[in-house]
Amino acid sequence: MMRASRSVLSGTLLGELALLSFAIILPWLLTALGEDYYIGFATRLLIYALAATSLNFVVGYGGMVAFGHAAFFGGGAYLVALLMTGGLLSAWANWPLTMLIVALLAWAIGAISLRTRGVYFIMITLAFAQMIYYSVISLKIAGGDDGLPLDQRSSLFPFDLGNDHILYWLALGLLAISLLLLKRLSHSRYGHALAGIRQNETRMEALGYPVQQLKLACFVIGAVLAALAGALLVNQNGMAGPGQLYWTQSGMLLVMVILGGVGHRYGGVLGAFVLLGLEEALAQVTEHSHLYIGLILLAVVLYAPRGLAGLFFKSR
Amino acid sequence: MTSLLTIQNLKRHFGGLWATRDVSLEIQCGEIHALIGPNGAGKTTLIHLISGGLFPDEGHLLFDGRDVTKKSMHERVALGIARSFQITQIFPKISVLENVRLAVQARQRDWGSSLSMWRPASADFSMIEEAEDWLGRVGLAEHAGTHAADLSHGEQRALELAMTLATRPRLLLLDEPLAGMGPEESERMTQLIASLKGEQTVLLVEHDMDMVFRVADHISVLVAGHIAATGTPDAIRADSAVKRAYLGEDVA
Repeated sequence: MMRASRSVLSGTLLGELALLSFAIILPWLLTALGEDYYIGFATRLLIYALAATSLNFVVGYGGMVAFGHAAFFGGGAYLVALLMTGGLLSAWANWPLTMLIVALLAWAIGAISLRTRGVYFIMITLAFAQMIYYSVISLKIAGGDDGLPLDQRSSLFPFDLGNDHILYWLALGLLAISLLLLKRLSHSRYGHALAGIRQNETRMEALGYPVQQLKLACFVIGAVLAALAGALLVNQNGMAGPGQLYWTQSGMLLVMVILGGVGHRYGGVLGAFVLLGLEEALAQVTEHSHLYIGLILLAVVLYAPRGLAGLFFKSR
Repeated sequence: MTSLLTIQNLKRHFGGLWATRDVSLEIQCGEIHALIGPNGAGKTTLIHLISGGLFPDEGHLLFDGRDVTKKSMHERVALGIARSFQITQIFPKISVLENVRLAVQARQRDWGSSLSMWRPASADFSMIEEAEDWLGRVGLAEHAGTHAADLSHGEQRALELAMTLATRPRLLLLDEPLAGMGPEESERMTQLIASLKGEQTVLLVEHDMDMVFRVADHISVLVAGHIAATGTPDAIRADSAVKRAYLGEDVA
């Protein structure tokens, strides 16, 4: 039985490696084809895939429907921009510091929000995120309604992030590492404990698990990965904008997770790729792209409740 | 014998209703202590108060000499107080073995260490082996691979007992372990609980008087939120106040 499961694993692994190899050579391919515009688009896909994956960890693994993830995704973008405005240009220092600050913020928000559950948890995370949105747009140093433009991208010596290829590969690398980390996490004792919490919190508490702390850790891990995605996004966009903190951003990430597959390892990636891909494709043929996207989401929720990943893959 | 749990003047009310009026009780090391009483006497509330599911308005709980009154449920489990529930609490969507493995794993309270988040849980064979042992103990060994949801009601109760035992409690709280069971299942569970005698301290809430008088070393009678009597089964059987308050024709 062990041998069989190993060979299945290596089959999946082969597919993953093939996809990763393709993703690695994609920028050269696009440059060769003269379609450099799509390198930026592909980078955006990878960044949103990371953000949606981070939310999927909170929603799908931790069982917490958080509606305020933009606070951490957009918050990461703003913090990187603010620290750069303050002169901290090195990504090696700036990004970890950003992730640390977001971790503390998520810790505080999570500790309060986790006193509630269900629809109240949805509302309180939304409320916190909106509070942060309104605070930031009222701050002069954050550029108010105009957002905060960057003069240059973060420096990542010895790499040149100003090169679109390098930024793409960085996003790809960070997404791959994050997916690997979360996979590892989900099979660990902690991951099994989260699975238990999703099924029966009372029983977990009665077995001696510190349920609230374990959920809070999950919430913070998701937030930190979202901040990392935000750091990439601000470099890709060349600015941090209020829209990245607004509740519609949280909503879009949730839509990606639901579309891709709640609790599936690749749910966030699939959801981000499909949603942004559809937006891009439909925008070229119709003005009403959001209507069609809405219909597709409806169909997925009704006919494939485990999301697109549930259609393509059997296991989680 | 030394006292493992000392309950001092415990009080708890819900609105105007005093579910626990003024309860003082001692549970001795190694005994099976049964708590009986009519419906609504406050038995389950008392189990909640001891396990940390509810907190008392007044009074104290001393566990092995330590004040645990303010401790949360998982902290009390860490100290050695574990419980089963009147309504079965298991993990329905995973295997019977994984249910118990999670209980075994719960004893490793090392969430700060990176190992808990990095090393695959399946690499820890000793946990799986221990879980299998517990399943054998409650007679579920052949169901290890079954989804917990597919077990019969009686088997699910046995599974919950295995999970509770796997936390290695020093005090085991059982809230109506026979609830909803048929005669055969009841008999099996009764023998299982009787087999704990001498090695495990148990506080047991149960309506089945045959079972209670078979397994208990001491019995306390809870009436309207306070202890009406405590004693050996023989003493309780002979106590006229108890007869009036509760047992009625059960002892005739």
